[in-house]
This record gives sequence, C-alpha cells and structure tokens, in this order.
Amino acid sequence: MKVSLFITCLSDAIYPKVGEAMARLLARYGVELEFPKVQTCCGQPSYNSGYWDETRAAAKTILKAFNNSDFVVAPSGSCTYMIHHYPELFKDEPEWLESARRLEQKTYEFTQFMVQVLGVTDVGASFPHTVTYHPSCHGTRLLGVKEEPMKLLGSVKGLQLVPLPFAEDCCGFGGTFAVKMPDISGAMVTEKVDHIRETEAEVLVGLDMACLMNIAGNLRYRKEPVRVMHLAELLYEGVKHA
Amino acid sequence: MTAVHTHSMNQKVKKRAELALNDDFLRNAVRFTTERLRNGKRTASEQHGNWEEWRERGRQIRLHTIAHLDYYLNLFVENARANGVHIHFADTAVDAVRITLDIAAHNQARSVVKSKSMVSEELHLNQALEGADIETIESDLGEYIIQLAGEAPSHIVIPAIHKNRYQIAELLSKEAGEELSADTTILAGFVRKKLCEKFLEADIGMTGCNFAIAETGSMVLFENEGNARMVSTLPKTQITLMGMERIIPSWTDLEVMATLLPRSATGQKLTMYMSGISGPRRSQDADGPEEMHIIIVDNGRSLQLGNPEFQELLNCIRCGACLNACPVYRHIGGHAYGGTYSGPIGAVLTPALHGNIEEWNDIASASSLCGACYEACPVKIPLHDMLVYLRRRKVEAGQGDKLETIGMKGFAAVVSSSKRFVAAIRLGQIAQKAVVRKGEITLKLGPLKGWNTYRVAPSLANKSFRRHWNTLAHELEQERKVMHPDILSRMETILADRRKGGMQHE
Repeated sequence: MKVSLFITCLSDAIYPKVGEAMARLLARYGVELEFPKVQTCCGQPSYNSGYWDETRAAAKTILKAFNNSDFVVAPSGSCTYMIHHYPELFKDEPEWLESARRLEQKTYEFTQFMVQVLGVTDVGASFPHTVTYHPSCHGTRLLGVKEEPMKLLGSVKGLQLVPLPFAEDCCGFGGTFAVKMPDISGAMVTEKVDHIRETEAEVLVGLDMACLMNIAGNLRYRKEPVRVMHLAELLYEGVKHA
Repeated sequence: MTAVHTHSMNQKVKKRAELALNDDFLRNAVRFTTERLRNGKRTASEQHGNWEEWRERGRQIRLHTIAHLDYYLNLFVENARANGVHIHFADTAVDAVRITLDIAAHNQARSVVKSKSMVSEELHLNQALEGADIETIESDLGEYIIQLAGEAPSHIVIPAIHKNRYQIAELLSKEAGEELSADTTILAGFVRKKLCEKFLEADIGMTGCNFAIAETGSMVLFENEGNARMVSTLPKTQITLMGMERIIPSWTDLEVMATLLPRSATGQKLTMYMSGISGPRRSQDADGPEEMHIIIVDNGRSLQLGNPEFQELLNCIRCGACLNACPVYRHIGGHAYGGTYSGPIGAVLTPALHGNIEEWNDIASASSLCGACYEACPVKIPLHDMLVYLRRRKVEAGQGDKLETIGMKGFAAVVSSSKRFVAAIRLGQIAQKAVVRKGEITLKLGPLKGWNTYRVAPSLANKSFRRHWNTLAHELEQERKVMHPDILSRMETILADRRKGGMQHE
C-alpha cells in the first residue's frame, strides 16, 4: 500500500514543520509515507487567475508524482480541492484524464485522512491551552471538511476550544486576490483578526497554511502574541507532551 | 442614468471599492443589515428542517425550466394572452424602454407609480420616463429613498442598505420641507402618506415580477410593504416588467420557490404579501387595472442559453442571499460593483448580460473565491466557479493584465519542473537575506507593498521540506510503529471499494 505525501508548495518552501509534524504523526499509526520529489505546486494561483494552460503545466507534475499512489495526503484543504478541478482541466487530454480522475478519488486532506481513512479521532495528545479554530473556506465549503477537525480537537486533553465569531467568513487571502485587491483583502483579514482577539485564545489553529500565513501576517503586524499553528503541528506537539 | 451611476461606471472596481472602504457610515450600515439578514436566513433554513432537500428541488425546477425555456415561455404567453394581457417582447433595454413609452403615450399618461423592479433598474427606465415628462415615483420604501438621493440600488432586495436612518431622515426631511426625527415609525409614516396620494393619482402602475407561472399565464409578486398590491390594483393601466427567465412551470413549483425565496432573502417564512395576478380586471372584480401589459425582457439573458458555464445564471431567483453572505460585499457594499446587480451574482451577471467582457472584466477579480455565495444560494448556482470562468475568458481573449501574464508564464516555467522549482526556492532563500529580520519581511515595496500594508510576510524556510526529506525519512523509519490490523483492513477496504467504483470520500 503506497501512501504519498503531497506537501504543497507553501509547506515545502515556507512551513516545512507542518509537513514534518504530519509525517511524524502518521508514522505513529504505521503509515509509511513516500515523498515523490517531482511534485511542485497544484496550480491554484494560475487556475484561479484564469491561466489554465499554465495550470496544466503545474498539474502534470502532480499527476506524475502520484500516478502509482494508493493514497495521497496533503496538509491543505484548498490544494486538495484543487485536485478536484483536474478532470475538468484535462477533459480534452485523454492521456491525462484517467489519472486525473483517479487522483481526485485518492487524495485526502490531512484530517480527512486521519478520520476517514485511518479511523483515528483521538491521537492521545495533551495541549493545555485556549485555542480557536478558523475553518478555511475551500476545505470546509467545497471539500466538505467540517466534522473531522472538530473530532480531532475535541479529543485533545486540556485543550479549551473557544468559538471564533464569524468563523465562516473568509480571511481575505484568496491567492492573487490579496495582491490584486490589497485593500479589500486587508479589510477582511483585519476583521478576522479583530474576531480572533475577541476570543482571547492563546492559539489559532487551522488546516490551510495559506490562510494561516495571511492571518498570522496581520497578527504579527499588529504585534498580537497569538500563536498560529496547523492542526498537525498542534496534535504532534500535544502527543510529545502527553 | 443617475449621476452616481455614470460616475461609478467610468472607474474600475478597485477605485470604487476604495471609496466604500473609506466610508465608515456605509460599511457599518451594510454590515449591520447583512448580518441581520444572513442570521435570519440561517435560523429560517435550520428551522425548516429539510432545507438541503428543498434547495436541491429548487435547483432542479430551475434547471428544468431554463432547459425548456422556449416551451414554458410560449405556454406562459399563450395563457396570459388568453387572460387578456398584452404581451410584448423586448430584445434589448432600448426596446423595453420604447415599448413602455409607447404604452404611456397611448394612454396619455402623466404619472407612473412603481413597485420595486430590478429589471427597471437594468433599463434605467426612470430616467427615460422623466425625459418624456412623465412623473415617476418609486413606492418601495428603500427604492423611494434612493430615488430621492439620486442613486442606484446597492442591494437586490434592500436598495438603500448603504444608508443609516440618520441619512434617511435627512433625505426625507428635505422632501417634507420640515425636520423629521430619525425615528423609523415617523419616517415610514411620512412616506406612507406621501405615497397614498401618488397611488390614487397615477395613470400607470409598474411592477416587476418574481415568478411567472406558465400553466395559467399568471405572475406572482412577493413584497412586505403592500405597495406592489396598490400599484397593481389602483391605476387604470398596469405594466409588468419581467426578465424572460422568471418562468416556473406550475403553481406547485411556486410552493418550492415560496419556501426558498423569503427565507433566503430576509429569513421570513413568507413575505407579508404574496400576490398572484392573472390578468386585467374582470367584470365581477372589485378592483384591478383595466389594461394590463407584460414586457418580457431579454437584454442579454439569452446569451447564456446553451453556454454550459453560465446558463445556470438564469436560475437565479434574486433573493440576495449571496450578497448577505459575501465577505467582500460586506466591506465594499453594492455600488463598488458598478452595475445594476451587485455582490457575487452581480459580479457574474453584469459581464454575462453585457456580453462585453472588456468593459466589465475587472469585477470578477474582486472575490476571494471563498464560496460563501454558493453555500448561501437557494438554487445552488456555482458563482465561485463562474468567477473563475470569467477570469479565464478574459485571459483567453488576450485581455489579461500584462504583468500578470508575464508572471504566470514564469510561474508555469518554474512549476512545470521540480528542478526549476528547487532552483527558484534556492534563489529566493538567497535573495531574501537582504530583507528578512527575525523570520519576517516588513518591506513595503514592489509586489509586497499591498500585502505588507496590512501584514508582515513570512520568510522562506532555511531548509525546504524536500531538502530535509532524506534525513526526516530516515528518522521516520526508526519511529514508525507497526500498523494496527484494524487500520490496515480499513485502508484495504477503501482501496477495494474504489476499485469496484464504489464508495467515494467526500
């Protein structure tokens, strides 16, 4: 059984600790991860901007990387959801279409993989802190990841989950949107951080490093001491301390 | 066309959004009301109990009707004509305006009283009527307010959503010629009295149309103020403006729409008034117009028919739920979108109806593609996908931003090969040394200017994941536990099911 790691470019280049935490956590359940180095980026920046030829160039590296995998797991809901666009992107390229369809079926976001595939909701972690959770839009709305993170967070000892007001509102990242419409995006992330402050939580946790990079950027800009973590990092830290 | 409207159309969305972002009155007013509406919608759909099933039913009704629009439109027209209604077809906004003016001239009309109609806004009909020296009064409270302000509606359902009650009191005081206090009862009382006179005087009543029922040739209006009922019963002549896609097959289908529309729009189980009108006054009727006209307006709608990416736009029932859910609309309001329709539906509908992608192709960029619109939509229109299709259409037409196009070519070159991808990360790691302080970049220059005006940027890791992998893989080898047989069997079952073409994860 071949389980492959789809690291996503942000975790690869900026947040390698997220991939590492995920890999170490999965090793505790006997999952042997394989990391195909031909993978680059899922192509979301160009897809969302309307540059689909460019997107296909990126997507092909992902299709090649995971062609022989049985399961693919990624620390991002939006990159996982991007794979769901591949059949549409390759509808006129039969030599890629079949592998695109198979990849869509076998790719899981991290918490989906933990809960749906491994059947694990309690990793035995302890994390005695107040935590608030930002549900990223693509993971929640489009991929349908709602219960899984709640189950995993709910089983962590000592963790006090504080509900985030207007949690479902987008943080304002939106890829190139943050660069093209900086003031609208800035208004959105400012409001998101206002709500995070209201919770008085010590830690903000999420499932997507793009959104967390955006929110953390505004938190740091405003010198707010909130710690920002991917759920895989939180769980792994909690397991080490348990 | 109002002054505000002309002004805003000459600018791009970014500039218009900037105006809104600097207007705290507007932002507070929009936030306050959209929050109330979306909370109302959430409660109403939860209390309904089977919301998702009804939503799917609504979608199916709309998909079916639009797929057979020619048939149902014919059926509607035949039945309405049999009921004594004059039916007119308008291909364009200009045609619809001309037909309206002809009817007015034929009836020697001096005044028109209107209930809210977004189609009328689309045609800029009020300006045309006033140009022909016909007094035109909007009778929906919100619409009346923005008419006084000389503005366009900034929301499909709540036209004056961007104004607070103090601003409204100021406008109405000017009209009253006396100081009215900012008390909603007093303000509404003034408007009611004023409009009552107008209802009785008007030669023509004009309404929009929420749904047109094919099986009986009837049209249905949803409203809360009772003004549409006055408009459609008191004046001698009635004109209904109807988008050609407003059709549903039967009264049974209306039950589904009447369940979805008010709950999605305002969180109401039903609006205060729901009127079904099947024709002019009959001899046994106590009231109603002597003459009734329905103008069926195309104005770019048929351009969507047969287009697999945009046809579902015609399924829209104009509830405004996508506006209330949209985090961008929340901050910039409706006027920033520049067209008649605003919010996510407007961002897609405006360019689609105009078929002129160059003039309108910037508004699709004003979205983070979060999908809140799709989630809120009672007939599940995939607006977030359509926004991407619009962006792609722009790129394919060679109208992409020059710098962005070069950037995307570079992106493709880098990500199409892992060697170049690795080299690019290395290059970034070296280049950032000049600007990184404590793992952060605060420089407000070049591409980082927009980002760093509101945030700090993270630095690239000293060692990428892939460079660390060989060491990590070795450590994982030591740490890895033996897989529990239950987990192994779960995974094998999933694989086996997948091979059978069965169970799929979400």
